[in-house]
Amino acid sequence: MSLSATTAPPSPAAPPSPDVPSRRHRGRLFNRLDVKYSPYLYIAPFFLIFGAFGLYPMVRTAWMSLHDWDMIGEHTFIGLDNYTRLFADEYFWNALVNTFGIFALSTIPQLLLALFLANLLNRTFLRAKTFFRMAIFMPNVVSVAAVAIVFGMLFQREFGLFNWLLGLVGVDPVDWDGQRWSSWFAISTMVNWRWTGYNTLILLAGMQAIPKDLYEAAAIDGASPWRQFWQITLPMLKPTFTFVVILSTIGGMQLFTEPLLFANGNVLGGSQREFQTLAMYMYEMGITNLNTAGYGAAVAWAIFMIIVVVSLFNFLLVRRSAK
Amino acid sequence: MSVTTRRTRLAAAALAAITAIGGLAACGNDDDKPAAGEKPAKLVVDTFGEFGYEELVKQYEKDTGIKVELRKTAQLAEYRPKLVRYLATGKGAADVTALEEGILNEFKPNARNWADLNPLVSDHSKEFLPWKWELGKAPDGRLLGLPTDVGSLAVCYRKDLFQAAGLPTERDQVSALWPDWKGFHDAGLKYKQGSGGKAFIDSITAVSNGVLFQGNGDLFYDKEDNIIADTSPAVKNAWDTATSMADISAKAQTWSPEWSGGFKQGTFAATFCPSWMLGIVSENSGAENKGKWDVASVPGGGGNWGGSWLAVPAQSKYPKEAAKLAEYLTNAKSQVEAFKAKGPLPTNLEALKNDAFISYTNEYFSNAPTGKIFGESVAKIQPIHLGPKHQAVKENALEPAMRAFESGQASKEKAWEQFTKDAKTQGAF
Repeated sequence: MSLSATTAPPSPAAPPSPDVPSRRHRGRLFNRLDVKYSPYLYIAPFFLIFGAFGLYPMVRTAWMSLHDWDMIGEHTFIGLDNYTRLFADEYFWNALVNTFGIFALSTIPQLLLALFLANLLNRTFLRAKTFFRMAIFMPNVVSVAAVAIVFGMLFQREFGLFNWLLGLVGVDPVDWDGQRWSSWFAISTMVNWRWTGYNTLILLAGMQAIPKDLYEAAAIDGASPWRQFWQITLPMLKPTFTFVVILSTIGGMQLFTEPLLFANGNVLGGSQREFQTLAMYMYEMGITNLNTAGYGAAVAWAIFMIIVVVSLFNFLLVRRSAK
Repeated sequence: MSVTTRRTRLAAAALAAITAIGGLAACGNDDDKPAAGEKPAKLVVDTFGEFGYEELVKQYEKDTGIKVELRKTAQLAEYRPKLVRYLATGKGAADVTALEEGILNEFKPNARNWADLNPLVSDHSKEFLPWKWELGKAPDGRLLGLPTDVGSLAVCYRKDLFQAAGLPTERDQVSALWPDWKGFHDAGLKYKQGSGGKAFIDSITAVSNGVLFQGNGDLFYDKEDNIIADTSPAVKNAWDTATSMADISAKAQTWSPEWSGGFKQGTFAATFCPSWMLGIVSENSGAENKGKWDVASVPGGGGNWGGSWLAVPAQSKYPKEAAKLAEYLTNAKSQVEAFKAKGPLPTNLEALKNDAFISYTNEYFSNAPTGKIFGESVAKIQPIHLGPKHQAVKENALEPAMRAFESGQASKEKAWEQFTKDAKTQGAF
């Protein structure tokens, strides 16, 4: 419709075409709308998906936790009873201890190792850097179920590789899922194997962002590589480290698949609940037991609160110690 | 830009998000029932383990022109959460759903999730084992399921391993070794001695299963569904019998990798076989062990482990046709066919008298006359009242405590304490 207007030869004497101002006006309106609302449109997908799969389930879980909720039957409102019951529940505290135990066993060595590896990969003289960086990330690409199944086989009592190796050096076979320490160790091994490379890469990225001249200046001043690491790398890595610690905390508190598959899918996590994590306990109460879904929802909220508290604590700890 | 407009816009965005979520949720409601009498294009059947319905379903498709989709789940432990999801969300369930005894009991208090079959099928109450038929009913009289099979117990044993250890191998002589559980333990000790210390049975929880289901009175619940796990003599008896066998056990928990691998490795020489277990034993042992297994009777008379019903979820769009399909799959002829295919033991009286059933021998199990063996043991089954959360108490209270004792983590007293405490929480409903 506007073709004639744009292709018409410009003639200075001709009066301005009557539809030009309205067109410009329309364009301006569109422009204004675009500036005003497009950003919301662009971020809308995230908020919609978060709303549907993040916020809504959380609110719904909170609602459920205030009920005596049968998954396939009646729901009765009981206020905060589920939460008071939670504080007196021995198996909840047991799961909490297990979760923190496995968390400590997997996160601390993992982050130290990741720091060490990242420092190695950061060396300038290293050859085939890209290869090593890719290789170290590989375990993270493997599906968690596959990892848990393979490690579950390695840690088997009768035909497992680790017991066979122990046998070679004259150690009696270990019933890996029979005791606390051994099951925690086995599960931490899976977590460490899978996540060390991931954390290494993040720390490495953080290290590469540290200006090189700091190191050069320190080297000229005669600082040893060890000293450079403590005085330059670590302090400069603080924000990255905080990030990694918080991510590990969230992951560690929600640990589920590895211990579940280690127990052959039994949600109790060992015959005396030696390695039942909080997430498994939530699953037992909320999904496996049909009639305690409300209580399971309360456990879910407890996990959420614990993650918030522990993350805050770790955040403060890392910030203070790096000062 | 003023604060108010920004707020309005935020509110608008939030509103849009909420409407979108509402829209998503609204997609879930499409319970428009088809017009009555309309023939369904397809019916879906959900089963777990091996029901042996493959050929039967093909025949049904040919006869009626209705397509049937058979959805199989290997293990009950994976099957149950799926069913729960279907029921909790009100969608996704198959038209015909197999319910194992434990699941059926658990679902009974919420019987409204299932169609009442009474008006949908003709009266079959006289055609099945009476106690089995009764168990398929809800307390309010609704008929929830048509009986498929029972898990009449027997002992599967390895002839070659028995022979190597100096035990008899003929099935009648083997059965004569253990008229009672004491005899079974003695045979186990003899095997252990003769084989140089090898384990005789897979686990003590397998023994407890056998003893529990012989029906010496109420188990975890009394008839009014009060929890009596800590005082029930039948449970104590199962506990004592099972724990006494720890010295002949391979400590391989049923369904664990140690257990399935143990069949090939010969880590145990005997296990308890309800009829439906035969298929699993042959599957786990592999073709190379064909003819090495045989079937003997269970100590202390008959017993029943498992067994199922076919039910129609209330959410099915074609309850009438689904009920007809369930009727077809549980009739005498179908039950014999299913037994021959995969081993589930008939509950239809006519099927139990059927010549093809009685004369059936199982090639894998040294041509044991499994039809005759299991058919006879069905008559000895004592119906037991299990109660709503029997399965949970057994699997999450009794068996973990037994395993804790079996593996030496807890003394017998401590383990019993663990069981009675957990039974109360697991059994609450």
